[in-house]
Amino acid sequence: MTKGFYDKYGAARVKDTPIAENAIIGGAIGAAMVGQRPVAELMTINFGFSAMDYIVNQAPKLHYMFGGQFTLPMVIRAVGGGGRQLGATHSQTPDAVFAHFPGLKVVSPGTPEDAKGLLKSAIRSNDPILFIEHATMYQVRGEVPEGEYTIPIGKSKVQREGKDLTIVTYCKGLELSVKAADELSKQGIEAEIVDLRTLRPLDMEPVLDSFKKTNRAIVVEEGWKSYGVGSEIVSRIYEEAFDYVDAPIIRVAQKEVPLPYNRTLEQAALPQVADIVAAAKEVMK
Amino acid sequence: MKKEQQLDLYYQMVLIRRAEERGAELYQQGKIGGFMHLYIGQEAVSTGLIAAREPRDRVITAYRDHGVALNCGISANEVMAELLGKATGMSKGKGGSMHMADTSKNMWGGHAIVGGHLPIASGFALGDQYAGNDNITICMFGDGATNIGYFHEALNLAKTWGLRVLWVCENNQYGMGTSVDRASAVTEIRQKAEGYGMKNGQVDGMDVMKVYEAAKEALEFVRKEGQPYLLEIDTYRFRGHSMGDPERYRKAEEVKQWQENDPIGIFNKYLLDKKIATRKVLDEIEARAEDEVNKAVEFAEASPEPTLDELYTDIYAD
Repeated sequence: MTKGFYDKYGAARVKDTPIAENAIIGGAIGAAMVGQRPVAELMTINFGFSAMDYIVNQAPKLHYMFGGQFTLPMVIRAVGGGGRQLGATHSQTPDAVFAHFPGLKVVSPGTPEDAKGLLKSAIRSNDPILFIEHATMYQVRGEVPEGEYTIPIGKSKVQREGKDLTIVTYCKGLELSVKAADELSKQGIEAEIVDLRTLRPLDMEPVLDSFKKTNRAIVVEEGWKSYGVGSEIVSRIYEEAFDYVDAPIIRVAQKEVPLPYNRTLEQAALPQVADIVAAAKEVMK
Repeated sequence: MKKEQQLDLYYQMVLIRRAEERGAELYQQGKIGGFMHLYIGQEAVSTGLIAAREPRDRVITAYRDHGVALNCGISANEVMAELLGKATGMSKGKGGSMHMADTSKNMWGGHAIVGGHLPIASGFALGDQYAGNDNITICMFGDGATNIGYFHEALNLAKTWGLRVLWVCENNQYGMGTSVDRASAVTEIRQKAEGYGMKNGQVDGMDVMKVYEAAKEALEFVRKEGQPYLLEIDTYRFRGHSMGDPERYRKAEEVKQWQENDPIGIFNKYLLDKKIATRKVLDEIEARAEDEVNKAVEFAEASPEPTLDELYTDIYAD
């Protein structure tokens, strides 16, 4: 991702850090507080746990706790997700954990266009932002607008229109859901896909608008089902659009196990296109 | 040091002592909540240290921060108001005892996770290095913080990248209720800097002038060399770790012995012996500090509570 940066921008601006997550994220917080605009990179989101104090207990609190005196214009970029046979400690999708904390913004794009536009917005934002990319999505191809553009943080987007049911998803789930929607379309079911793009602050408006039209929904995420992003979305639909519910809403997510190394087992634990198709057909019954 | 500045340092030390004595009373009356850690006994450390800085040097400390805040020039009014959780506190009553900051005074907090502010201090210095200035970040912490990983990551980064940080360990002999020798592999904290090839020193923290001289020298080194320095300042807290501490881990005789070395008493004697001030002048300074504290308590008690809409302000900057 950062290939060529050092040669282009120089040693003062592009720093090779020790493998010391507290120094990386704590240092970025400090530099941001005194007026810089750092982008700190964690090799993977899993290493974010080593710097959990900074990501959830410091960065989201310092602006509020000191009455607005400090601002933290900083981005933590991290790669997440499973599917590369890296074993249980290196394959997680803990996005919901981080999205739990007010004061932090959590962004996770699902298309090349959004990845560029949202990253630009993140770097220009005056808040601490955790920017989570998916390890298996760097090969995804898609249209990217020419020239300068940004995409606002905190805005969900309808990525595909449909009239029969709503699929709420983000990041890797979008890639899978698009494939599932193609499959469903062949079977006469037109799915509308709402891409959250930002997990906090969460923009429910496009989700609710779509649901009020289709009255049926599934939520697709790569993280574990329990206490996950899907749990939040489903609760919000029931709280805010109960009168529109025509069928129980189903969550498609990772099996409740530490992700195994073996390829077959790993794929069995991760949500698949077929799981999404099956869930969609279930809510269409 | 000029006579006026020495008398000002005496004033600051007495102000901290009186403000915290009143703070303890207000805490016992239930007007101050949460955790409150008193600086009583350690006044010479921060007073001597902050006196040695340039105004452009940043200060960041741990949760025992009331004294540091006053030394940095935050008013007693604001300190007392923040303790009482009032809207007129420097953090609008949202931070409390452990989170006092005023960036206009270059006081950057008041941080309550042990050791957590040390990598942030390295980040301040990184920001200043990138900006191309020679500001120094003065980072204060207790002996207990030197046993946690943050300390080592922060020192390693500062030395590796040549960051202008003056690391100041206030060794008050106990990390909460555990004595240094029971928690730390070495009892002379400054030795820990040796592992990072970092220049270091040690000074008696009960003598404000000695602290001032040592800090001056250390700051000069950091500014000139563009390298960090670790200064260990040996001191003692006369009160418990925090207000709820029954102090079962130390003997009354030990506390008494240290109290005979009261930093205010030592400095008082120094000023009299050197004929820098008369008894009358010192009495007047003490009365002035007492008066400022009384006014601060009145100000804080009369100040409004934050309004409920403050609940939702300053969560995000954008």
